Order: sequence, then structure tokens, then C-alpha cells
Amino acid sequence: MFGIVSYGYYIPHSRIKIEDIASVWGKNSVDIIRSLGIKEKSVAAIDEDSLTMAYESSCMALKNSKAKIEDIKSVLFGSESPPYAVNPTSTTLAYFLGIERQYLASDMQFACKAATGGIIMANGLIASGATKNVLVVASDKATGRPHDALEYTAASGSVALLLGKTNLMVRIVDMTSYSSDTPDFWRREGIRYPSHGGRFTGKPSYFHHIFQASTTILKKNKMNPKDFAYAVFHMPNGKFPLVVGAMLGFTEKQILPSLVVTTLGNSYTASGLMGLVSVLEVAKPNDYIYFASYGSGAGSDAFIMQVTPQLKKIKKEFKLKMGNKKYIDYAHYLKSMEII
Amino acid sequence: MISVVGYYSTQFGELWERSLFDLVKESIDGLLKETKIDKKEIDAIFFSNMMSGILENNLHGSSKIAQLLKTHIPVFRSEAACASGGMAVYLAIQYLKANPGKTVIVVGAEKMTDFAPEEAVEGLMAAASGEEQEAGLTFPGLYALLAQIYLSKYNYKHSHMGAISVKNHFHASLNEKAHFKKKVTLEQVLGSPKIAWPLGVLDCSPISDGASSIMLTSDNIKIKKAKHTCCILSSEIASDSISLTEREKLNSLISTVVAGNKAFRAAGIKRSDIRVAELHDCFSIAEILGMEDLGFWKKGEGGARALEYETMLGNSGDMVVNTSGGLKAAGHPVGATGIKQIGEVFLQLTGQAGKRQVQNVHYGLAQNVGGSGGTAVVTILGA
Repeated sequence: MFGIVSYGYYIPHSRIKIEDIASVWGKNSVDIIRSLGIKEKSVAAIDEDSLTMAYESSCMALKNSKAKIEDIKSVLFGSESPPYAVNPTSTTLAYFLGIERQYLASDMQFACKAATGGIIMANGLIASGATKNVLVVASDKATGRPHDALEYTAASGSVALLLGKTNLMVRIVDMTSYSSDTPDFWRREGIRYPSHGGRFTGKPSYFHHIFQASTTILKKNKMNPKDFAYAVFHMPNGKFPLVVGAMLGFTEKQILPSLVVTTLGNSYTASGLMGLVSVLEVAKPNDYIYFASYGSGAGSDAFIMQVTPQLKKIKKEFKLKMGNKKYIDYAHYLKSMEII
Repeated sequence: MISVVGYYSTQFGELWERSLFDLVKESIDGLLKETKIDKKEIDAIFFSNMMSGILENNLHGSSKIAQLLKTHIPVFRSEAACASGGMAVYLAIQYLKANPGKTVIVVGAEKMTDFAPEEAVEGLMAAASGEEQEAGLTFPGLYALLAQIYLSKYNYKHSHMGAISVKNHFHASLNEKAHFKKKVTLEQVLGSPKIAWPLGVLDCSPISDGASSIMLTSDNIKIKKAKHTCCILSSEIASDSISLTEREKLNSLISTVVAGNKAFRAAGIKRSDIRVAELHDCFSIAEILGMEDLGFWKKGEGGARALEYETMLGNSGDMVVNTSGGLKAAGHPVGATGIKQIGEVFLQLTGQAGKRQVQNVHYGLAQNVGGSGGTAVVTILGA
């Protein structure tokens, strides 16, 4: 048995409205909000980065669990915006959390699915007996070039999952991965902002990889979309998850509870997991949850999950924390993102 | 008589999984299959392409075609910006006039969507003057200037141009190979994000991938055997200054006027004989200018007549324009466009246009423009 022992999340306090970004560039905000399905996005403060947010989400995950800190022999950190290009964030995070020193630390990179690959690796580490628990953390302070389409969606946030094989609140029934060399989104060394292939990020990239990973795992487990209470997909915007869900046969009713991107934006590695957290806050014991991540470059990790009665024990405050926000204007947004 | 005996086009659109020469090969293979003519019977190939030298550092595409077809026949490359296709057809016709009884393929192709939009737009500006490039103009900017002058001179509004996009999107909805098969409303066109005032996104043709080819022959046996055939009545080219600043007037593209007049004289038919036409609607304003410059509409009438949707399929007008969906909605893979235009007229003249078939078609015309009118090719075909 393998699965999620506890989870934690961190949503920054600040939000910027899409209409405020659009007005700076003379764009029609109604069209942009309709086409992206995003009304506002979360913005990390100037003194926050992917490490500080990872610490916040990890603390919550550890607080929500009775697991012993010494049983965590692996910390896997996934991000597109680590504070250092060279120097691991996972070790700093582990040090802050009091995890020392006989442990495996690893920083993972695979665009928006950097952390979900860690869940699959954790399964191997735990199954091999190398560790009882693994802490997988997704965290990003994502930004797009001013006036680029990404500026409307790239957001900040973090989700931490403590994984293990006992005291599970979510059982991970099966998992798979589908990858290919598809350069739809990238950032070269020394270049501040990412580049992307426009609509190429859709059909041959996001849709193809999630569809392939999903059809493979569903077929293997002889399950179909009707077997699931919820479906969660990586959320680059508010449209793509609904489209890929429909391609696979999931209904809007199954997907909408996860669609927090509409008000939180796309926190890259944390985006899909933020949707998973949103669903875990409302799911009932024995519910099946379908989850598929997507990382540009490109790949998708797909998971079949089932809720256990342990999930009831977690305090459900996600909606409350989503609503705890203050709006900032574009100038303060630029300052928060250290663009000015 | 030089005749068109076959036409094949790939899908137009964002064809990320196929390279330029994948498209060329599909187009030529499709044409040979369609016409049931063996490649050994082909005497020459004319290849139309604008951007491969700029975007892919690949100028010797004619040799690549020889490699693909495992042939040693002559392969010529034509480049005249967006009029590359029309010019390739013109050159093929001259070749056939000089070499009676021969058969040639004219293939046009473009691969544009593998590149960032700014790279493609910059590449396209190779078709404009150095001064215009240095001033930061793009083709939407150049045609926006033409549109501003036209709308101002004849007291028209954006809606008069926008109607062209509505019509052409409707036609494209009937063309399975079109880049955009969605109908649009005039409100959507008028409300679309501005690219260069007054042109919005829905006034502008897209960046597309695609390849089209036609087979031309003056071999009477092949013409008799052909399942479908129509004849080339005339093909004429005219030129003008590359820069708008050197033009005498900007409410007209003189190259189209000159090429059109010569083509009608050579074909020996009247404007009113034309029932279908494919016009170079790279921007909505361009089709209005084209209709006037070719003499179908009087100068200055175009805006009003466009808004009446006179040339829309199913309306009572004498002439239907851009049944393919035009560049606007069928797509604009630059090198393929001029070939597709003639291919569409061929389909109409031979009753193969399916849902978008116009009845009682005896004559058709294609107008292919390079740059902002530096080159214009007008081709007239008869059933």
C-alpha cells in the first residue's frame, strides 16, 4: 500500500486581477478572462520565494501527520523557480524542517510536473525500504515576461505531500508516466523569462500527453471516467483541464471542484496539486480521484487515487485560505515579482 | 491549349507534425494519384516558396524535390513573396508555350507555424522595402495604411471591410481543407483585438502551413484522357514599386490593374463572364481593392457592395468570390496560396467544389498579390 499520509499547502496573500494587467497593455480584459478562464492570480510577496513557500506548505503537511521526522529519509523538491540554479533547495528545506542528515535530498526539474515525478520515485523508495516516508514538495513563484500571455496566468503557491505506506488518507492505486521530446515551453540558462510555442503548448503537448498517460492507466486498471468522483488535471489555465477532461470522458461536474486556477492562477508545479488539495477538502471516504499532471518538454504523470477514512481527520481550511487575500495593483505586482 | 488536368491540396493550418517537404511530397503524391499520371511523364516541376531560405536556411528546395521524387527533370523555384504561387504558374505556362506537348507540376508550399510569430512576421517583411522595415512596419501595418486611406476617401467604416471576413469565413466553413472552418459574425470581426488600426485579428489572414499543386499540360492526349480539365485562357504579371511611398496613389494597387487588363485582353472575355474568382484577401481591405482594381466594381463602390455581401455564395450576385474561404479563412501558407487559388477555380470549373459549388461556371479568375502590391499575377481560366 502506498499513498498520501498528509498534505499541506501555501497560498500567498496577494492577488492581482487579470483586468488590471490587461488594462496596462490596452487589452480587452473580458476577452482575456473568457479565453483563459482566469479572473485573478496569487502573487508571492517580495520576501517570499519557492523555498519559503515550500517551507510553509511542508510545515502544514508535517503538522497534519503523526509521522516521525526521523522516518523521512527523502525530501524531493520540484520547482521551475528555485532560488538557486546551483545549490539545492531540498537540503535547505530539510534543514529548516529539522530533517537531518541521513536522507536523500533531490531537486527535480520537469516544468510543471517536476514534483509529481517525485511521487512516482517516492513509491520506489518506500517500496524498497529505503525510507518509511518521503516528503514531496511543489513550489513556484512563477512569472511571465511583461506583455506575454503568460503574465495573465503565472502565479505563486506551494503544495507538500507526505507519502508513506501506513496511516494513509489517500491510497494511490496506480500510477504511470508518458513522456516525449516535445519542446513546447522552455527557459534557457541565464534567461529570465520562459518562452513558449503558443498554441503548440496545446494539441501536441498538454492534450496529447495527458490523453496518452490517462488512457493507458485507465485501460490497465479497467476503469472508466464514471468510476471517479473527481478528476484533477494540471491547470495552465481554466480551459485546458475541461477540454482534456471532455476528451477522456470526464464531466464538468467531476472537474470543477478542482478548478481553483480561476482565482489562484497557475502556480506551475503546484498548480495541479492545488486542484488535488481542493478536491481532498470535499472528498468522502472511498471516493476515487483521478489526477494527471503535465510538464512541458513534455510529459504527464497519471494517478488513480482512493480516499480513506483517515482524510476526515484533516482540518479543512483550503477555501478559507483561498478567500484570505488582498488585491495589489500592477506596479506592486512588478515589485513583488522583482521585475522592478 | 494549355490545360489544368489535376489539383491536390494538403490540409491548411497548424501542421506541427509535418515538415515543409512532408507537405510538398504529400501534395505531389496526391496530385499524381488524382491524375493517374506517372511521375515519369512529368517533364518539369515549378516550386513556389517564400520563407524556407529565411526561416530554415534552406534555399535549394528544388533539389530537395528532385531527391524526394528520385528524378533528374528540371525543377525551378519561384519567389515573389505572396505571389510566388501565381508567378510559378505563369512561368510554367511560358515553359509549356516554349515546349509544346509537355506536362509539368506546379507545387507551392510553406511551413510557418514551427517558428515564433515574431520570426515569421519578420521573415514576411523581407517582401517589403528596407525603409518600411526600418520604420518598424509590418504587413498588417502597411495594409492598415491602405485601409485608412480607402475608408477615409470614400467615407466607409470598418464594417464595410469586415463583411469580407464574414463572407470568407462562411465559405471556409464549407471547405474541409480550410485552416478556419468557423463562421464569424460582423460583430466578432469588429470587436476582434486590433492588430494595426483599423485592422483587427479577424481582418487578417493567418500564418499557416500547407502545400498545393496543380498539373498543367499542353499534351492533347493527356488533356483528352483527363477526368477533369479546364484551360488557361491567360496569365499576366505586373509589377510596382516595393515601397508604398513611391506609389502614385494608395486607394488602388496598380499592379493588379495592369495585370488584370492584360489578362482580360489576352483571354478575350468580359468582366461579366467571370462567375467565380479567388482574390488575394490577405487583409479584408485587399479584397475590396482587388474587386475594384480588376474592374468588377467601380472605384469607391467596393465598401458598400462588400457590406451587401454581393459575392457571397447563395446570394443573388453574378459573381462569387473566394469560395475556398480565401487567404483569410482557408489560410495563407504563402508559397501555396497562388496555386490553391487556381486549384479552387479548377474545382469550380469542373464541378468538383462540393458544398461550395457555384452553378453555371464557365470562366474563373485568380488574383495573387506579392507584398503590398509590388507584384500581381492575374490568371483567367475557362471550362
